[in-house]
Formats: sequence, structure tokens, C-alpha cells
Amino acid sequence: MSDKKTGVYICSGCSIGECVDVASLEKVAASAPNSPIVKTHPFLCGPDGADLVKKDISEEGVNTVSIAACSARVNYDIFDFGGDVMVDRIDLRERVAWSHEPGDGETQELAEDYIRMGLAKIGEISLPEPYKIESTSSDIMVVGGGIAGLSAAKNAAMAGHKVVLVEKENRLGGFVNNLPRIFPQKAPHKTPEPSDIAEHVKAVKDDPDITVHLNTTIESVSGGPGMFDVTLRNGTGSKLRVGAIVLATGFKPYDVGKLSHLGAGLPNVISSVEFEKMAASGKLALHDNVTPAQRIVFVQCAGSRDENHLPYCSSVCCATSLKQAAYVREMDQDATATIIYKDIRTTGKTELFYKNVQEDPGIFLTKGEVTGVRLSGDELEVCVEDSLLGRQVVIKADVVVLATGMVPATFDESVTIDKPVDQMQDWDREQVGKAPTLKLDYRQGPELPDLGYGFPDSHFICFPYETRRTGIYTAGAVRHPQDTATARNDAAGAALKAIQCVTMVERGEAVSPRAGDKSYPQFALDRCTQCKRCTVECPFGAINEDEKAYPIPFPTRCRRCATCMGACPVQIINFADYSIPMIGSMIKSVEMPDEDSGKLRALAFICENDAMPALDMAGINRIRYSSSVRFIQLRCMGSINLQWVADALSFGWDGIIMIGCKHGDDYQCHNIKGSELAEIRASKVQETLDRLMLESDRVVVESLAINEYRRIPEIIDGFMQGLEALEPNPYKGF
Amino acid sequence: MNDSILVIGGGIGGMTAAIEAAECGRQVYLVEREPWLGGRVARMNKYFPKLCPPYCGLEINFRRIRANPNIRFFTSSQVVSISGKPGDFVAVIKTDPRYVNQKCVACDDCVKVCPVSRPDRFNYGMSQTGAIYLPHQMAMPARHVIDMDVCEGSSCGECVKVCKYDAIELDMEDSETTVEAGSVVYATGWKPYDASKIANLGYGKIDNVISNVEMERLAAVNGPTSGGITRRDNGEPVRTVAFVQCAGSRDENHLPYCSSICCLASLKQARYVRDQYPDSEVYIFYIDLRAPGKYESFYNKVKADPNIHLVKGKVGRIDPGEGGAAIVTAEDILGGGKMRVSCDLVVLATGMEPTAKSCDVPMASVDGEGFIAQNNQSAPGVIPAGVAAGPFDVTTSIQSATGAALKAIQAAATR
Repeated sequence: MSDKKTGVYICSGCSIGECVDVASLEKVAASAPNSPIVKTHPFLCGPDGADLVKKDISEEGVNTVSIAACSARVNYDIFDFGGDVMVDRIDLRERVAWSHEPGDGETQELAEDYIRMGLAKIGEISLPEPYKIESTSSDIMVVGGGIAGLSAAKNAAMAGHKVVLVEKENRLGGFVNNLPRIFPQKAPHKTPEPSDIAEHVKAVKDDPDITVHLNTTIESVSGGPGMFDVTLRNGTGSKLRVGAIVLATGFKPYDVGKLSHLGAGLPNVISSVEFEKMAASGKLALHDNVTPAQRIVFVQCAGSRDENHLPYCSSVCCATSLKQAAYVREMDQDATATIIYKDIRTTGKTELFYKNVQEDPGIFLTKGEVTGVRLSGDELEVCVEDSLLGRQVVIKADVVVLATGMVPATFDESVTIDKPVDQMQDWDREQVGKAPTLKLDYRQGPELPDLGYGFPDSHFICFPYETRRTGIYTAGAVRHPQDTATARNDAAGAALKAIQCVTMVERGEAVSPRAGDKSYPQFALDRCTQCKRCTVECPFGAINEDEKAYPIPFPTRCRRCATCMGACPVQIINFADYSIPMIGSMIKSVEMPDEDSGKLRALAFICENDAMPALDMAGINRIRYSSSVRFIQLRCMGSINLQWVADALSFGWDGIIMIGCKHGDDYQCHNIKGSELAEIRASKVQETLDRLMLESDRVVVESLAINEYRRIPEIIDGFMQGLEALEPNPYKGF
Repeated sequence: MNDSILVIGGGIGGMTAAIEAAECGRQVYLVEREPWLGGRVARMNKYFPKLCPPYCGLEINFRRIRANPNIRFFTSSQVVSISGKPGDFVAVIKTDPRYVNQKCVACDDCVKVCPVSRPDRFNYGMSQTGAIYLPHQMAMPARHVIDMDVCEGSSCGECVKVCKYDAIELDMEDSETTVEAGSVVYATGWKPYDASKIANLGYGKIDNVISNVEMERLAAVNGPTSGGITRRDNGEPVRTVAFVQCAGSRDENHLPYCSSICCLASLKQARYVRDQYPDSEVYIFYIDLRAPGKYESFYNKVKADPNIHLVKGKVGRIDPGEGGAAIVTAEDILGGGKMRVSCDLVVLATGMEPTAKSCDVPMASVDGEGFIAQNNQSAPGVIPAGVAAGPFDVTTSIQSATGAALKAIQAAATR
């Protein structure tokens, strides 16, 4: 858009007109350097108001529209004038009229500054041109040929995509191949069902759109979504291009050898995996394979829910032992099964199966902790601290089955990083214990970062498929412990995300959480100082480095959080509609009162995901807070650049507050650690302030959840009171 | 073959199915019975295990809807019929009059003059609204609505007089829209099991016995008490709070299945109480404490609080005590014997009953518990998502809905 023709449309409805002098706002707008058309309407979101704007677009050639009315969260459809018209919203309702004293001079100045800031902003930005690449692939690669991988492959193929399925073993089916039966799948959910893995394998083999590579692992993956270049490690070392990847490598049973305290190593103490094989053989026998076994004792949580082993619950072991108890009774009517458990965790409809098993007189359930398993003569004895009886009991057994838990296949405790701890970057730490699987050619490391216990799961309750590597989605037991039915559905979801990613990459758009965003970071490499901050701080591994440490951005991996823009000390990273000059000019556009006016001015950077809607809520609830503060919303606190802080202080702003989301273990940042990075950067500013003999209290970082809008006065007014205790910024007027 | 998708239910499951499919380029019709999107999760205070507010994710999803022209959503609407066949369904959507048109700016002037009050269903009746009201503060769409069952209509007309935007139409009529779609996603969700059916637990008879969904509203900053967890009889702070697990779930006389979420919900709500009242004592009476997978660490964190007492045992009865207290009588299996605790508030961890059990679900078939069958029985291209398919927690519902979006796309895939 070379010629910007700007229109500013001020709404005087929703009490804006009663709160501020709109005529003065018009004058402020009209005096902007780009001399825009300025109009006021009493009801801009009504049909006449919107028509006013449309008329100027068609008759006056307005292509850049500033709507000075309500929050961008409302009336988004009314103020959408098509893809060729750039629209920016100045919020005079929630942020001015609904939260400040009507008719007050400070309120008027606040509104006028917002007009100036909005016009400064719109002067600096342009409509983004989407990043499109040639020869994108819409094919999906699925890694792992177990139940989740089979389901992902078949589901993607049924939606019209070509699929490459990579399996390291010589057959498809994975762990489920070991299981004669699986948990009840359909109503009435009472009895285990014969495994249907063969049908799933056949469906994949028979599908002309799925290419299966057995005995194959991955040699390397480079590129990014829409353009992943994969080299396979097999006989041929074939190379292929795929658009997205589903990682479904499943789990491995916890190493039973580590459970000697539960009798592992003694004869006839076996794992639940081994018991499946016995069930498949159809014969309950001791390890000699001859002597019949009749007393089978199952030990639950063998290695799970145990700080010394797997701290988490493996989710499936209770139902597995119930199923195996049913095997016992079916194989020998005179045999008994005893299950020693902490809690029976059969959630959902699996409860119906549990109920049915309880009715069997040969199956005993004992709540307790197993304190040891020993050999007494040639009998096994299981020592149990019986929780119900409140005493130690000894249960004799022919066979003891340890219900071992699930370890994600991506976890390998032998993988370490050969670097002193103090030289490790976050990305190094993230690669500890990662089994070589995808071998990504990413500067930030070859494997997916995990979010606890080695599972490359999402941290987000609301977005369970969000991984930290765009275009790579995980499904099944590698994501978190789950049974076969869950894994099949999980794989359908991951396949959807993979398909969605290639679809959006083809359109040149970002995927969630900024779905549809056409902007992307552009690097002015001629000014790059090779400091590597962008590659270090990118939460999604979107930037590689060349041999001279210049960044190599991969826009299709990018989630548009702009953390790189915030990190860059020489400000060479910008987006078409979000940039260092954009915010910089907003900061410098306001009318800064004189030092002796007694008026303070503070700048608040707020996160658009949580703090911004919270600010709207404050307005809706007519919550009042200081009118000396001007808000600028950022895509993420991680995009805050210290240049803005320097600009603001040298322009005379008395203080700066950054309001992001919660960080720490339960972080809420959609870009992983935006608010944490903001805090780190702010601490650097504070050091500088101290050196300049400026009070470090002028720069403050706060966190605010979206529902904490009642805290806004406390945060804002508290900050202003802190500033009042200081002298005005001595750089005012320089 | 039509490749549009009809999604029935605008809670987190339906919104997810709709958005995920729309971002794959499909046209989606999203139909919600309430006058707002968000369903049950919009009424939650916080999610387990992160104790983060649901609005955070809802807001991102609302933004995805705003940004996506492929999604057309209908609130105050229900699908009254579906005909045709997979790949070529024709559905009729009936939209109840909102009595407030698009011109509404949600300024709230009308509410101030409305002479009528009604129980606020958003807060499970624990507060009142006018006959005209904003469904809730973060409502999408952010427009008011009139409950015509209680509105005095044109004989009053105070709201019409005060509205500066000509937004109120007391004579608005219902409307019908016919849409064509290749597949149908049922995301009809759940309702809390009616705790008054569990006679021995005193719900509906003892003021200070509430359900877990009511607890969510009490703890929510936009709830009836602005987040204060207080006694229901006198609004006083609480000191002793008991949670009764499996209130209706795992019970042949009520819901035979496990509702999957109630253990974690009570652990979370125990945290609400403890965070608000440092001196409080919390009792959780359970059969099995079910915190599957990685939720175990949340369970361990809650369990570490010495003021939270986990008692294995079934609650036999709840009786009114002196001064409005609720007396919980329960077995204490591990301690041996019976326990009686006098409580300021008792929270019944009621389970989830599928909405599809008690409403028409054309083209779909339901199982004995009222959940919509995943496969075979229902017509092809008719797919359950979220709690319509089974008693899931939020993240599993979203996972289910994401998979459902793909199955809906497949139903009309051209290959």
C-alpha cells in the first residue's frame, strides 16, 4: 500500500460524547501529519455509522481506517471493511469513557493522547503480504506404526492427504500386537474385546494414499511446515518432502528390573507385559511353562505414583490388571486373581467394566501398599500393608504380576548434554534425556522439548495439541499415558492439526494462537550484529544460524509472537503491522506535560491475550483507575524491546509498567515465557537506571490473569503512587 | 456432496470442533442454545491442574472465531430437524428472539430501569438479573437479551425508552434458517446431575449443601459473591468445608459410570477454600481418588496441605445441624469406624449427565447412559465431540473435538 489515505472515525456514543470533548479530539486527529479525513458519528457501529466509513472508502479512496470507539474485541464484524482496507481501533470506550471521570481535564488528555498514539501507529504499519513458499507439500508424515500412528495415518488419508508412515520395527501394530484383548470399547462396556489391531493394520496397508516404511527410522528433518525435508534411514535412505509431522512413537514399559523391592528378579515375578504373553499362550503356568499356576497376585502402581520411579500415574494399569484378572478366571475357573491397589482408577465408562469384574467371586481387590515380595520355600509371599484392615498381611502367590507403567518412547535417560551447566542454554537443558527420534536440523535442538516427565505434551488445557515446534504434533502414549481407544481419537486430533498446519502454510498464515495472521518477522540482516539473542529466545525454534551466526529465519515455523523482535538489541526484526518504529512512534506521539505542571505520565505495556481483555472487563464494570497511564498492547510481553523503554524515558515518561501473564511452573503465556523474558529484560533496565541515578522503581513488571480485572486499580494506582514519591523524570523536555 | 459442517453446541467442545475445521478451510455453522458461546467452561472459575482461568483460552478461541469468516454462529438457537443423508444433510435452525438487535452496544442502561428480576441461570440461580440482562461479562456476543417469560413487555417498555440505540424490539419473532452440510458434529455437552435426586445428601433441603458447579460460581470473581466462598444461609465466611465425592456417579441408582472429573474438581476447589481462608479445614470423602496421568502431581500438591483431609469412605447422610451447619456422617474406612463432621459448607461432587440423554439428537443414536455412539450406530458423518461422547475433562473434550473436526471433514472429503 504505497499511498495511504487515512480516515479517522470518532464515535460519540456509549457515553464517550458525554465524557470527553469530541470536537477537540477531532482537532487533534485533523492535525496529524498524514492529514486524515476526520468524522464523528453518535453511533458509529450502527448502520449509518458504518455506511459513513464505507462511503469514504468507495468515494474518497480511504484505505486506512482508524476507528476511535469501542474495544477491538467487539463490533469486529461491523468494522471489517474487507482485506484491502487496514483498520485500527482506538478504544475510547472501555479505556476512557467507562473507566475515567467524565469532563475531567486528565480524562480529556488521555483521550487525545490515544488519538495521537493511534494515528502514529497507523502511520507506521502496512497490510501484511502473506509469506508464501513454492512447492509446499501437503503430505503428512506419521512417525510410529502402533495404534496411534495407524489411526493418524488412516485419518489423514481419509481426509484426502497423502501419508508416509515410518515404523522402526518390521511390522505394524506396535505394542497392541502383544494384547489378545483390549479394554471394552462399546456399550455395555462390561467385558474386554478381542484386539482389532489386525483390521487397523490392514486398513493402512490397503490404503493407496499411505506409503509404509518398515524397519525405518529418521536420519534427519530440515526445513519447516509445508517444506520439511526428511531423510529416512533404511536400505535406500530415501528423501522426501512433507508438510507436517505426527509423532506417535508410543511408550515403553517401565524397566521392571528396577523394581527389585517388589520382587522383580525372583522366579514367577513378571511384568504385566509378560503376563499378556502368557494369556496369549492360553495357559496359566509357572516359569517352567509346565506347572499350573492358580494364585495370581497383581501389584498395582509398580513403579508408577512413586517418587523413586515414575511420579505420575500411568492411567491404564488398573484397567490392565482388571482385564488380566479376567484372563485368569477364563483360563482356569479354579484360579484366583488378587489385585493390590492404592486407588482403582477406572475413569469414565471403564467403571462399568470394573463393576463387572468386582462381581466375580474369584477376583479379590485389596487396598494396600506392597512392602515386599519374597520367596518362602518355593512359594511367593506378597507382604501388604492392608489399608482397610490396618495391618500387615501376607498373601501367597504362584505368580506375581507387576503392573508396570508407561515411559514415553521419546525419553532416554542415557542422553546427556556434554557441556558445563553454566554454559547451557535452555535449549540444551531441553534436550537432556531426549531419545534421538526426529533429529530436527534446528538450532534449538533436534527433539521436541517436553513439559514434564519426558512427555512432549502441550502445557495448555485449552490447546492440547500445541507443541513448541510448529507443524509437529504428538499423539497417543508418547503424549501422555493413555489407552488404545484414547490413542485412536488422540491421533485423529493430531492428524487434524497437521492438516490444518499445511493448509494455513499454503495460505501464508500463522497457526494458533495467532491463527490467520499474515504478518511474519522480517530481518534487516545488513545491520545484524550476530548476537544470537533471537535464536536463543525464540520459543518455537523458528530461527537457525549460519556458520557466521547470522540468523536464518524459517517463517513457516514461526508463531508470530515477536519474541525475536523484542530480543533484538539492534532492532532489525520487524513485522509489517507490528514493529519497533510503530511502538516507538506511539511512545513519542503523546503530549508530554511540563515538569512543573505536576502531571505525571506513565506508559503501560500490556499483553493482548490476558491483560488487554482484563482491561476491557474493568471498563465494563466501570472500575476507575488513574488517567495518567497510557496503555500500549503487545502481541506478547516477550516482544517488548528495551529500545522502547529507553525511548520512553528519554521522551519524559515518568514510569513504565509491563503487565504480562503468570509465569513459572503453571505459566499461562501462550508463547511459553514471554512474561518471564520481559521480567529479565526489565531487570536489565533497572540496573541501567540505577547507573544513571534514575530510580529503578520507574520500571515495574506485573502479572495479571484475564479474570483479575478487579486488581487493575491496585496495580495501576499503586504504581502511580510509587511514581508520585519520586521526582518527575528529569529527562522531560530534552 | 456438501463439505460444510454443522456443529451443534457452542461450549468448548463445539467451539473447538468448529474453529479447527474452519481453519482447515471448511464452512462451519455453529449452533448454541444459550444466547452466548462458551458453555459450561465459561461458568468455571479455574481449571485444574494449573488453576488458570478458562476465559484465557476462551478469549483466544473467540478471537479465532472473529478472525475467521468461515464460521457462522447462531446463539439462542437449536437445530429442530435434520434430513437428507451423509454428505447432503439439510438442517433447520430455529433461533429464538433475543428481543435485542445488533445495534446493542452493551452499555447496560436498560438494566438499570428494568423493574423485573429473575434468577440468573449463569450463576445457577444464586443471583438475580433483570428481565433484560447481559448474559455475563465476557459474553460473546456482547449483547443483552430479554427473558420474555418474565418481561412485562410493551406494557412496561422502560428499557425501550431508555435505549439510545434503538436496539430493543419487544415484538421480535423467532426465525428459521436452513443450512446444508455434509456432516454433523454433536457437541451437546452435559448438565450437572440433579443432586436433589440423592435423597440422603440433603441437597435442596439444607442451605449450606451445594453442588460443585455452584462452588465454581461462588469462587468466581464475576460470580454471585464476587468470588467470596461463603455460607449460603447467612453469607458468613466458612471454616470447615466437606466435599462428597461420587455424588450420583459410580452408583447404579444414579449414574453408573465415573464422571472422570469430580476428584480433580474437588481437589481444585479444596485449593480455592484453602487459598481464601488460611485457617480453614477441608474434608474430601472419596471411594477412590482418581487423578490419572500427570494429574498425580496436582493431587500430591493438594494432599501435602495438612488442613486438607482425604477420607476414604462413603458419606451416609447429611443432616441439618445447629446454626445452619450441615452435619456429614461418613464411614472412615482407613481410620475405622464412623465420622461426623459439622460443616459450614458441603460441596457435592456431582457428576456429568450427557445433555443428549434428554434432548432430540436427529441422525445420532445414544447408548444406555445417554452418550452419543462414536461409530457404527449413528449415521456416517454424524460425530460426537467432547462430553457428548463420554465423561471427559476439558482437555480431553478438546482433544475429542479436534478429532471430531477431522472426521467431519472426512465425511465430505473428495478423494
